Amino acid sequence: MRQALSPDDVKRIARLARIETSDAEAQATQAQLNTIFDLIATMQAVDTRGIAPMAHAQEVYQRLRDDAVTETDRHAAFQAIAPAVENGLYLVPKVIE
Amino acid sequence: MKWETVIGLEVHTQLATKSKIFSGSSTAFGAAPNTQASAVDIALPGVLPVLNKGAVECAIKFGLAIGANLNRINVFDRKNYFYPDLPKGYQISQLAKPIVEGGALKIVVDGAEKTVNLTRAHMEEDAGKSLHEDFHGMTGIDLNRAGTPLLEIVSEPEMRSSAEAVAYARALHTLVTWIGICDGNMQEGSFRVDANVSVRPVGQKEFGTRREIKNLNSFKFLQQAIDYEVRWQIETLEDGGRIEQATVLFDPDTGETRMMRSKEDAHDYRYFPDPDLLPVKLDEPWIEAVRAALPELPAAMQARFQNDYGVSVYDAAVLTGSRALADYFEAAAQACGQGKLAANWVMGELSAALNKAELDIAQSPVSATQLGTLIARIQDGTLSGKLAKQVFEGLWEGAGEVDAIIEARGLKQMSDSGELEKIVDEVLAANPKSVEEFRAGKEKAFNALVGQVMKASRGKANPAQVNELLKSKLQ
Repeated sequence: MRQALSPDDVKRIARLARIETSDAEAQATQAQLNTIFDLIATMQAVDTRGIAPMAHAQEVYQRLRDDAVTETDRHAAFQAIAPAVENGLYLVPKVIE
Repeated sequence: MKWETVIGLEVHTQLATKSKIFSGSSTAFGAAPNTQASAVDIALPGVLPVLNKGAVECAIKFGLAIGANLNRINVFDRKNYFYPDLPKGYQISQLAKPIVEGGALKIVVDGAEKTVNLTRAHMEEDAGKSLHEDFHGMTGIDLNRAGTPLLEIVSEPEMRSSAEAVAYARALHTLVTWIGICDGNMQEGSFRVDANVSVRPVGQKEFGTRREIKNLNSFKFLQQAIDYEVRWQIETLEDGGRIEQATVLFDPDTGETRMMRSKEDAHDYRYFPDPDLLPVKLDEPWIEAVRAALPELPAAMQARFQNDYGVSVYDAAVLTGSRALADYFEAAAQACGQGKLAANWVMGELSAALNKAELDIAQSPVSATQLGTLIARIQDGTLSGKLAKQVFEGLWEGAGEVDAIIEARGLKQMSDSGELEKIVDEVLAANPKSVEEFRAGKEKAFNALVGQVMKASRGKANPAQVNELLKSKLQ
């Protein structure tokens, strides 16, 4: 049924999450993740035929707020803790796609 | 080989709400950087999104306007990607259960109607803006736009030419501004189009491999980008090449598309339901209240204009290009009781004058009632078409009302047949050569005589009357 995660899978997942992993860490993580997959496998053994999938654990619905502007300009406070700021812009390492 | 083009469009419309989709920040365009970015928008730890009722209502309006299925329960998902214009590390969007599914839009191309089916429309948040000018080798981030509500509207791949794609985009633009859910400002990015384009040999059932042209912000660019892309794909295939699935950008300066990323670099978004947001429930009283408040829609108005005013399919489509234009036409048509004539004047003389002055219909110096009165004066024989144009110029310059201008400028069509007869006699006496030529069978000579009479009357003679009178005199 279930296929165990390979070290390559672990490396790929880490890359997607932008987490740098050494081979030793990848191995340790692989074992931990496989334990989680065992738990999932146990849950998947439950017969859920005829039960509609749920998007949330509770059967309650989103509360909505009225369309009104309630926030004020607080960029000075927010930018006081930013590593680099110029002309009101947050500066980040160059990103070119 | 004969090729067929296949196009599907994804359109991002910014919803015309006052505040953002998940926070109470203002969505107004053009504010100083980051002055409209709250703790939620810049993703400080511990903040939670709270959904804007106004944004949901816009989506309901749209769904009703295109006859779509509204998912009574719809769900927000996280679309994961790392890019500093969305500091959360994900965009809140809707994947499996969007608010709107299905629906259709009618377009008119070359006078023929066609229906384009829609796949879906879902709510999501816009990203901020990255400024790549040099900030000491760094990128500047403005998060004012982050969290602005978007409705992403996805069509089926049912368009077969750039002209159809443009007609669809225009019809969609008309509709979203008509029902007031989007300001339609393309320069400011309120209406952005992605085009999925592929080609296949005529008769082949399977679609070819598509390439997606991103972020087109004018109808002209949409047309140019698709035309270039189609030519490029056909040439590549005819040269024995293959099309690789890719995302491309259109460069307006060169008129070409170029690759942004290939399929191998495609993102793995790992969508999953957002645990911070509960499913959204639309109840029937809300939907019915929104339905009741919808204005008459362009498609219904087009049918009514054809029925009530006898205008063509094409004219009806042009006249419903915007709500302001449609209202103007209808007021003018009702003022004169001449639908077809009103359509000709609105789409002809008036549109030309507005274009020349770079004015919108709402800014027209000539009101619909004035234009209607002018047309009524043509209909009752007071004015010829030519004289009416002079009166129109007077109206445009603000010289007063129709009848006052006719009176003041002496533009009344000659109604006294005795006066006209005198002019005809004079013209015949002064042009014996033309008379002779006409009698010898030269039809052209007759037109020359009509021209002379019109000239002598300073344009005020009724052309039909002149024709009749000349004919009887020459027999």
